[in-house]
Amino acid sequence: MLAATSWAARLRSGLARTRAALGGGLGALFGGAAVDEPLYEELEAALLTADCGVEATRTLLARLRERARRERIVEPPALKRALREELRLLLAPLEKPLDLTRDRPLVIMIAGVNGSGKTTSIGKLAKWLQGQGRSVLLAAGDTFRAAAREQLVAWGERNGVAVIAQKGGDAAAVVFDAAAAARARGIDVLIADTAGRLPTQLHLMEEIRKVKRVLGKALPGAPHEILLVLDANTGQNGLAQVRAFDEALGLTGLVLTKLDGTARGGVVCAIARERPVPLLFIGVGEGIDDLRPFDAAEFAGALVD
Amino acid sequence: MNYNVGHDFSLSPVLDNLTARLARIVKTIRGEARLTEANIQDALREVRVALLEADVALPVVRDFIAAVKDKALGAEVVGSLTPGQALIGVVHRELARLMGEANVALDLATQPPAVILMAGLQGSGKTTTTGKLARLLLAQKKKVLLVSCDVYRPAAIEQLAAVAAQAGVDVFASAAGEAPLDIARRALEHARTRYYDVLLVDTAGRLAIDEAMMQEIAALHGALRPVETLFVVDAMQGQDAVNVARIFGERLPLTGVVLTKLDGDARGGAALSVRHVTGKPIKFAGTGEKLDALEPFHPERMASRVLGMGDIVSLVEEAHKKVDLEEAQRVAEKIRKGKGFDLEDFKQQLQQMQKMGGMASMLDKLPAQLAGQINPAQLQDDRQLRRTAGVINAMTPQERAHPELIKASRKRRIAAGAGVPVQEVNRLLHQFEQMQKMMKMMKGGNMARMMRNLKGVLPGMR
Ligand SMILES: Nc1nc2c(ncn2[C@@H]2O[C@H](COP(=O)(O)OP(=O)(O)OP(=O)(O)O)[C@@H](O)[C@H]2O)c(=O)[nH]1
Ligand SMILES: Nc1nc2c(ncn2[C@@H]2O[C@H](COP(=O)(O)OP(=O)(O)OP(=O)(O)O)[C@@H](O)[C@H]2O)c(=O)[nH]1
Ligand SMILES: [Mg+2]
Ligand SMILES: [Mg+2]
Repeated sequence: MLAATSWAARLRSGLARTRAALGGGLGALFGGAAVDEPLYEELEAALLTADCGVEATRTLLARLRERARRERIVEPPALKRALREELRLLLAPLEKPLDLTRDRPLVIMIAGVNGSGKTTSIGKLAKWLQGQGRSVLLAAGDTFRAAAREQLVAWGERNGVAVIAQKGGDAAAVVFDAAAAARARGIDVLIADTAGRLPTQLHLMEEIRKVKRVLGKALPGAPHEILLVLDANTGQNGLAQVRAFDEALGLTGLVLTKLDGTARGGVVCAIARERPVPLLFIGVGEGIDDLRPFDAAEFAGALVD
Repeated sequence: MNYNVGHDFSLSPVLDNLTARLARIVKTIRGEARLTEANIQDALREVRVALLEADVALPVVRDFIAAVKDKALGAEVVGSLTPGQALIGVVHRELARLMGEANVALDLATQPPAVILMAGLQGSGKTTTTGKLARLLLAQKKKVLLVSCDVYRPAAIEQLAAVAAQAGVDVFASAAGEAPLDIARRALEHARTRYYDVLLVDTAGRLAIDEAMMQEIAALHGALRPVETLFVVDAMQGQDAVNVARIFGERLPLTGVVLTKLDGDARGGAALSVRHVTGKPIKFAGTGEKLDALEPFHPERMASRVLGMGDIVSLVEEAHKKVDLEEAQRVAEKIRKGKGFDLEDFKQQLQQMQKMGGMASMLDKLPAQLAGQINPAQLQDDRQLRRTAGVINAMTPQERAHPELIKASRKRRIAAGAGVPVQEVNRLLHQFEQMQKMMKMMKGGNMARMMRNLKGVLPGMR
């Protein structure tokens, strides 16, 4: 609970900075006297500027109006609470803890577009898993980008965990080796990094499918988790990313990074509507401890703070 | 590349909506004499939604709509355009204007070494773009030095060193234990004494609200006095682009913007947001991970991409110029009725396509969804069009009006007459049938389905 509070506090203080930077926020808005059209318009603007998207925003506002009628809401602060509640209801299905009680080694494969925060999230996840008493091994499956391997190796060192890497070679070969090593060493969790790729690069989408297949050959049942790492700065393309990677790989979860900035990651509202893949973790900084399990209520509160 | 988003994923519902929406704008207003406050209201709402779905930031959308409204209600509805087409014209022109009139190149006119400072959020593509620029400048016979002031991200310095090696330029050694400002000063001194023409300075990714980091980059700017300070933005960025760009613009005297990851399928509305708040030109587009994937930015193409409809405006305008209006109206009437579209009409259409500059030039103007389906390699272009017209010419008027009459023996005769194999005749009949189906759909107003069904109708379409 302590961790949750500090994350909430942190997010709030982050948003406070945002508000200072942007000059007033929704807080000022709810100081008004009545629940009227301008208030709804402001709420609509708040959702849109948080990247919720046009469709999700419409749905949310329709539900809010319905609730306001039903519950006879006349005070602006009560309307704000109601909006948070609607957001929480929308996002609650995404809340799901990572299940660590399955096979050993449990294999987690990481995927995502370029620069979304995959390698960094692996570094944080390794720390989190060790905190849960699990042993961890990392696989440097990005054999393409300059110094990607060195970057993961650095995260391995910070965590005191081994990294399986090859000079050159292809991603499939690296993860195959890593899976064998994880089994031989009796490791609890293997996390495989992959190179960033845009879904438009069809040959790269084919390549990552191969990485998945090879993991399955090396260890029956693997990969147990396939997580898409999504940058909270992403606009509506985030939904397209979830669709494309889900179709190519069958996603089991999402990680939403860079929530410590001014972006609010509202695209998860659109995702919750259209492709509800569980959101397992959020990234709130570049440090090793800056990873939190997703909490729908907290997130809803921060979205329209 | 043209910026049209081209691959299977472009047929997502959202994108279909964009095209359909804008098509609807034309439809709703068609037939009315001029634009009024009332009849553009709905159309503008559609434009607003289209821009929001393309990730243009809300305040920018608001300003934009106000500007379009202003112009549309003015005297700009001219010539033979319908009011709806005129409105799309205004939208497109205004978008292109906002995006910047023309490409603006790097300006390195200064006492060497000319310093280029890179800035932006985490993961936006600064280090990769640094390598790309180095490669470009090397090709212009410049002596180039790179330096990394990113002492934070693990292996950031190694990454820049690797990128420099790929580009074939020198890199000034730095280490994670050093202060960025010291590194920058020493690199500048080194560049001076070794007569480098250009010094490219990579920096760590930073949040606009990270005060210490923003002070750091302002200090770097002060020490380096760069001629170019480039803000690197991810084309996938959403609404927050306005806030980030505004703060970076306030803290640093930016000279230009680089928009990365345009090889993806994001509409790239962030480009508009960033332009709007910084007022700085977008100088380059990143279109891939490799070092040669950097192109001069073309504002006009980007405007089309954001709208998601290709340069349909100029297509409309050109069509009006070149195509016999009466003929076009005759075909339009047939389309409206959804029947009576025969092979004669099909031939006319092909000929009009030729008048409009042939397939290759049309390709550039097609909506994104459509252009993406066309494989240029397979495009046989105008020769194919002429052959098709030749086959139709070999038919009797009766056959042209009633293609269903054309069975095996007639096919053989037509093929012989046109000097083509029978398969060619079969293909044409198939294309015609598809086209006819499409016309019916167009009548139903279903643009999205029409687009999908265009596959295989035009030569070279996947
Ligand atoms: N502020 C902030 N920065 C983050 C967060 N997560 C990652 N980053 C930064 O984002 C940048 C990119 O992170 P990486 O982990 O290299 O991203 P990646 O997806 O592995 O990138 P590629 O392998 O190149 O596709 C780095 O500068 C990270 O420090 C986060 O939660 N908050
Ligand atoms: N597809 C594509 N990928 C790109 C493009 N530009 C950069 N990338 C990729 O995006 C990821 C991040 O690029 P970097 O150059 O490391 O980004 P950065 O801004 O230096 O990141 P930090 O230093 O962590 O802030 C890498 O995987 C790059 O290969 C582009 O135009 N297209
Ligand atoms: Mg990585
Ligand atoms: Mg970098």
